[in-house]
Amino acid sequence: MKLTREIRLAGRLLARDYRAGELTLIAVAIVVAVAAVTTVSFFASRVRGALDQQANRLLGADLVIADSRPLALELKEDAARRGLSALDVMRFPSMAMRGDRSVLADVKVVTPGYPLRGELRVADRLFAPDRRAGAVPEPGEVWVDERLYTSLELDPGSRITLGQRDFKVAAIITHEPGVDVGFLSGAPRVMLNASDLAATGLVQPGSRIRYRLHVAGNDEALEQYRAWAQTRLRPGQRLEGIRDARPELRSALERAGRFLNLAALTSVLLAAVAIALAARRYLQRHLDSCAMMRCLGAKQSLIARLHVMHFAMLGALSAATGVAIGAAAQLALTAWLGEVIAVTLPPAGVLPAFQGLLIGMLLLLGFALPPLASLAHVPTLRVLRRELGPPRVSGAMGYVLGVAVIAGLVLWQAQEPRLGFTVLGWFALAIAAAFALSWLLLRALGTLRSRGVSWRFGVASLQRRALGTILQVVALGLGVMALLTLTVIRTDLLRNWRESLPPDAPNRFAINIQRDQVEPIRTFFGARGLALPEIFPMVRGRLVRIGDRSVSAENYADDRARRLVTREFNLSWATRLQPDNRVVAGLWWDGGSARADQFSVERGLAEALGIHPGDVLTFDVAGTPVAGTVTNLRSVEWDSFNVNFFVVSPPGLLEGYPATYVTSFHLVSGRVAFLNALVRAFPNVVLIDIAQALAQVQRMMEQAARAVQFVFLFTLVAGLVVLYAAVASTHDERVYQATLLRALGASRGQIHRAHLAEFVLIGVVSGLVAAVGATGLAYFIAHRFLQLQYALDPWVWVIGVAGSALGVSVAGYLGTRRVVTVPPLNVLRAMG
Amino acid sequence: MSKNLAQTIIRASGLGKQVITGGGGLTILSDVSFEVRAGEAVAIMGVSGSGKSTLLGLLAGLDTPSTGSVRIDGHELFALDEDGRAALRGRMVGFVFQSFQLLPAMTALENVMLPLELAGVEESRAPALAMLERVGLGDRVQHYPKQLSGGEQQRVAIARAFVTRPKLLFADEPTGNLDAATGAQVIELLFGLNRESGTTLLLVTHDEALTRRCDRVLHLAAGRLQVNDS
Repeated sequence: MKLTREIRLAGRLLARDYRAGELTLIAVAIVVAVAAVTTVSFFASRVRGALDQQANRLLGADLVIADSRPLALELKEDAARRGLSALDVMRFPSMAMRGDRSVLADVKVVTPGYPLRGELRVADRLFAPDRRAGAVPEPGEVWVDERLYTSLELDPGSRITLGQRDFKVAAIITHEPGVDVGFLSGAPRVMLNASDLAATGLVQPGSRIRYRLHVAGNDEALEQYRAWAQTRLRPGQRLEGIRDARPELRSALERAGRFLNLAALTSVLLAAVAIALAARRYLQRHLDSCAMMRCLGAKQSLIARLHVMHFAMLGALSAATGVAIGAAAQLALTAWLGEVIAVTLPPAGVLPAFQGLLIGMLLLLGFALPPLASLAHVPTLRVLRRELGPPRVSGAMGYVLGVAVIAGLVLWQAQEPRLGFTVLGWFALAIAAAFALSWLLLRALGTLRSRGVSWRFGVASLQRRALGTILQVVALGLGVMALLTLTVIRTDLLRNWRESLPPDAPNRFAINIQRDQVEPIRTFFGARGLALPEIFPMVRGRLVRIGDRSVSAENYADDRARRLVTREFNLSWATRLQPDNRVVAGLWWDGGSARADQFSVERGLAEALGIHPGDVLTFDVAGTPVAGTVTNLRSVEWDSFNVNFFVVSPPGLLEGYPATYVTSFHLVSGRVAFLNALVRAFPNVVLIDIAQALAQVQRMMEQAARAVQFVFLFTLVAGLVVLYAAVASTHDERVYQATLLRALGASRGQIHRAHLAEFVLIGVVSGLVAAVGATGLAYFIAHRFLQLQYALDPWVWVIGVAGSALGVSVAGYLGTRRVVTVPPLNVLRAMG
Repeated sequence: MSKNLAQTIIRASGLGKQVITGGGGLTILSDVSFEVRAGEAVAIMGVSGSGKSTLLGLLAGLDTPSTGSVRIDGHELFALDEDGRAALRGRMVGFVFQSFQLLPAMTALENVMLPLELAGVEESRAPALAMLERVGLGDRVQHYPKQLSGGEQQRVAIARAFVTRPKLLFADEPTGNLDAATGAQVIELLFGLNRESGTTLLLVTHDEALTRRCDRVLHLAAGRLQVNDS
C-alpha cells in the first residue's frame, strides 16, 4: 500500500477510535502533561526574553565596572582615551527625612550624561504624564520615586533632608534604567546630583557605597576596552557587559524557572502513568480488531505502521492542544504573578511549543508504544479462539523506554546533571516510599472484609488488582500531597516561624554608625529610658585564602558558596561570646590574654566553604591581607534578629581598619518620634525596619509559592486523569462482575455501595500517603531551611484524608455509574 | 451449482495438529485429507471439541499444522510466511464468525469498508454501501455494532465478507448466536450471495438447516474425518 494511502487509512482509524472515545484518556493525559510543561517554558522564555531585550537598558550602559570601593581613575581615563563615554554612578542606602517622617531610601548619585543607555523618565506631579528627563537633577534638587513621594507625603516643591542637607524635590522618577524588573527592587529611590554628595556628609569610611563606572560607545572600542579592563580588575571588582547584565537576577530567574519546570514534571510523571494504563486498555480492546485485520489480509508490518502513524497523529494533535492551553495558561500565570514581574514581557518564542510537542511525542513513545507494539503480534487465530492474546512482553522491560524518557526529561529540564540526578533520586525515593506505604495499607484493609458484602467486594477488588490500586494511590497521593504542602503546610510553617520569634526580639537594625557616634548613641538611648544597646564594630573584608589555597568562586559547585566567596564578609571583634551563640568545635578565647590573630567562624559558613578549625584564613581588608587561625566554630541563632557575624576575631586584629558600627534594638510600636529624633541627631545612620523587611521576604515567598501552586494544579488534574484511567481500565471487568452479581440477585444499590467502598478506600489510602508525605516534607523544610521545630498538624491528616476520600468517591462514582445500567443479557451475550 | 467443477480450490493433505499441554501431547486433528472444488458449498460438522474450528483455522492459514499441507487455489499455504498468508487471505478469502467480530469502534459502513481499505482500494465507500444495501441494511450504515441486533450484525459481517468478492468464504457457526428465524434469513443471504458471486463456501456448523443447503458434509470426530459423502 502506498504511504499516502496508509497515512489516510491511519487517519481514518484515528478518527473512528476517537469518535468511539477509545483515545480520550490518552489524549487528555498528553494534553495535561504538555500544558503543564509549556506553561512554565513559555513563561520562563518570556522572562528571559525581557532580560535579553532590556539588557543594556537594565545596565544603563554597554559596560559597567562595579566595586564596593572607589574605582581607580585610570579606568575612566582610558575609556575617554578610546573615545568611549564614561561616567560614575554611586549607590548607597540612607535615611530620607521630611518633618517628623523618615524612610530608608536607596540613593543614586549621578553626573550629567546619565544614563548612557536606556531612558530616564520623570513627571512633575504624582500620576501626571511623564516625559524624557534629558538631564540629571540640578544641584540642590533631587528626584524621587513614587514610593518615596507617598511615604514621606510630599507635595510638589517639598523639601527632604539627606544627611546634613536639604533638597528640593523637583520631579518624580517614573522610569529608570536598572530597576525595570521588580524583583527585590528594594527601598524607595532618590536621585542626587554628584556635586551635592560631599555636602550631605553621608560618605564616611566604611559606608556601604557601591561604585559603578558606566561605559558606552562603539563596539570595537568597547571590546578593546573590555579586554584591557579585564587585566586591571582588582579582586571583588565585577565587569558586566550586555551579555551578563544583572547576573544575580538572571541566575535567580533561571533557577526559579528550572524548579518550576521540575514541578511541572510531576504532572508529566502522572500523565505517563495514565497513558500507560490507557494504552493497556486500548491494547485489550483492540486485540480483536487487530486479529480481524490480520484475518482480512493485513500484514504485521502494516498493522504496526498503521498504529505508529495513528499514535503519532494522536500525539501531535494532543500535544498541539496542550501547547495551546499552555500558551493561554502562561498568560494567567503572568497575571497571577503580576507583582513580581513588574516589567512588560515580550511575547514568548516558539521554542517552548516545539519542546511541548516533543514531550508529548516522547511520552507516547515511552508509555503507549511498548504495549501497542504487541498488537501487531496478535495471533490471527484469536478470531476463532478468544482466549488467545498477544505474546507476553515482560511488563518491566516494556517500560524501560518509558523510564528512560522520564529520566531524560528530568535531566533536560534540570539543565545541570547534579540537580537532575538529585531530583530523579527524590522522585524514585518518593515513589518507592509511596508504593511501600500503599502496599502496607492495602494489606491492613484485609480486616474490613468481614464488614458486610459491599465492603468485602470493595476490598476484594482492590486487593485483586493490587498493582493497579497501588499505582492509583501513588498518583493521587502525589497530587494531594503537592496541594497539602502548598496550602496547609505552608500556612503552618509560616505561623510556626512567626511564633518562634520572641515578642521582644529586635525589630530595628541601625547600621552605618561611625566610631565617634558609638558612645553618643548609647547616651541617646539611655536619656530616653531605653535599654543601652550593644553596638558591634564591623569591618568589611574579602576571604582570599583558606590555608595556602586561594579562594575563588570556581572552586565551589554550590550556589550559596559561590555567592558567599564573591561578596565581602562583615568581620567583627569581641571579647565574649554572644548569648545566642554556642561554640560547637574548639574553644572561645579568654578575656584579654588571648592571641589576636584568631577567628571564630559560623558553623554553616564553615561547612559551605570547607573551613576547619586550625585553618589559617586570610582576608583582604581595604587592600591589606589580614590572617588568623580558626580556633573555634560557632552555631548562631540567626532568627533571634540580634546582630551576628560569620567571622569574629579577638580585639586587636581588626581595630586599625575602617570600621562602621551596627546594633539592633526592640522598639515598641508607636515610638516613631524616637526614630525620627535618632535620624535627626545621627543623619548618616541607616535604620532598617525588620518587620518591613520580613514582610517583603514573606510577600516574595507567597508569590513564589503561588507560581508553584499554579503549576501543581496541573499535577492534581493529572492525578485525577490517572484515577479515571484506572477506573476505565477496569470498566469491562466491572461490567461483567456487576452483571454476574445482578444475575445472582444483587440490587443496583448493593453494587453501587461496593464500588463506593472501593473508592472511599482508595481515597483514604491516598490521603494517608499524601499526609505522610506532606508532613515529612514539612519536617524536612522546617529543620533544614528554617531551623524550626515542626508541630504535627492534625488538619493535614483530616483535610488530606477526608478531601481525598470525597474527591475520589465522586470521581469514581461518576466513572462507574453506568456499569449497572447495562442490561445483564447484553453483557452475557457479548461475552459469548 | 458451479461453473467449473473440475477445478480444485482447496486441497488438504494429511493435516494434523498436536499441542503440548501440561499432561503431555494432545492430538486435536489427525491425518485429515480432502478436496473442495471451486463453487462448492461444504459443511464441516462434529460435536464440540471434535476439531472443527482447528481445521477451519488451518484451512484459512490462521494457524500452522503439525503435519500435512494445504493448497489454496494452487498456492501451497504453509510455504508462505505469516504475512504471505495474510496477503493471500486479503486477496481471496472472506470470513463470517459466530460472534460476528465487528470492530466496535467503527460504524457498519466503516466495518464493511475496512477490507477494501486494507487492500488499498481507492474507492471503498460505494462498493461497501452497495453491499450493505444488498444485505438489507441500507438505512443503518451509520450505526455502530452495539446499536444493531444480532441478526443485523451478522448481516454486516456477511457484507464485509463479500465486499472484496472473495473466491473462498469461511464461516464459523454463522447462525450459532442467532434465533431460528434470524438464522434462516442469514442462511438465505449467505447462499444467495454465494450463488451471485460464485464463491466457494466452507462452513463449520451444528445447524441442520444450514447443512441441508450444502453440497457436501464432512464429519469430524475426535480429530479424524469420518465420512466423505457427496
